Amino acid sequence: MARLKYQIPSDKDSIRMLKQLHKRWWKVLGVILLIYTFTVGLLIQVPDVQILHETSRNLFFHVPCWFAMILLMLVSLVYSIKFLRTGKLIYDVVALNLIKSAMAFGVLGYITGMLWGNFIWGNLISWITNDTKILGAAIGLLIYFAYFVLRGSIDDEEKRAKISAVYSIFAFVLLNVAINVVPRLTDSLHPGSGGNSSFTVYDLDNNMRKVFYPAVIGYFILGLWIASLLIRISKLNYKHNNINIE
Amino acid sequence: MFLSYQVVSAQTKTVISGTNNSENMMRSNGMIYVVVGVIVIILLGLILYLISIDRKLGRLEKEIKENK
Repeated sequence: MARLKYQIPSDKDSIRMLKQLHKRWWKVLGVILLIYTFTVGLLIQVPDVQILHETSRNLFFHVPCWFAMILLMLVSLVYSIKFLRTGKLIYDVVALNLIKSAMAFGVLGYITGMLWGNFIWGNLISWITNDTKILGAAIGLLIYFAYFVLRGSIDDEEKRAKISAVYSIFAFVLLNVAINVVPRLTDSLHPGSGGNSSFTVYDLDNNMRKVFYPAVIGYFILGLWIASLLIRISKLNYKHNNINIE
Repeated sequence: MFLSYQVVSAQTKTVISGTNNSENMMRSNGMIYVVVGVIVIILLGLILYLISIDRKLGRLEKEIKENK
């Protein structure tokens, strides 16, 4: 069996980054924010909007999934670029596991979006066909699923890491175009695209933002926590068993 | 006749008051707190699971470090 090329990181930057994975303070902060989101988000007064009514609370639960996904993918992109610059394989491990974590949030956001859309717009539209943003989100998720397929097809560690790092740069740009740019140009029922007003019109006294921003940060920290556990497992497998699990 | 007048006036009251009919109903008989309780229990359960995984990993890492 060929020896893996992974070396235990010994430079200061990597060691400092890896130490952060074990710290407790940011995990506690994330838990507090999540509990705050789920209690206050259900009890706070929301403006009574036509058609949406109480489901506008999904702004606190469904939308932060997507925001957290984008943030996690942004951090992953930073580490992909760090890998391309320094060549240290630990950064590739970090980038991969951040994308894994981000995909979990993306899939959850997509499913909850389908459920919400089913009740508000009717089934056909929310499934995939008629709404640009949902289609764009599906395309974005598929692009990142292809990232995993790409990784699985290459055996050599360094080559795999380089190619997937470059791919993830393009994937991130395309994801943002598909989800954020194109839907705003077309007509759609999604708040914020076509002729619709975004949620800020309903949120007259900034009441909803008080729950929305902590929700985004809470979900983001949860994603970071999951990614940190995956990274630690991966590192242990490399060191102890000399096995490459992806 | 009298009954229908009462129903109509109740509906106009909710339209003017500007608050949600469903929200008032859930909140007025305290049921929304049940939903909040359920969700917080699920959330705490998942977080405890995460914490236990974190701890197990920490113990494994320490054991491997000592065995080196």
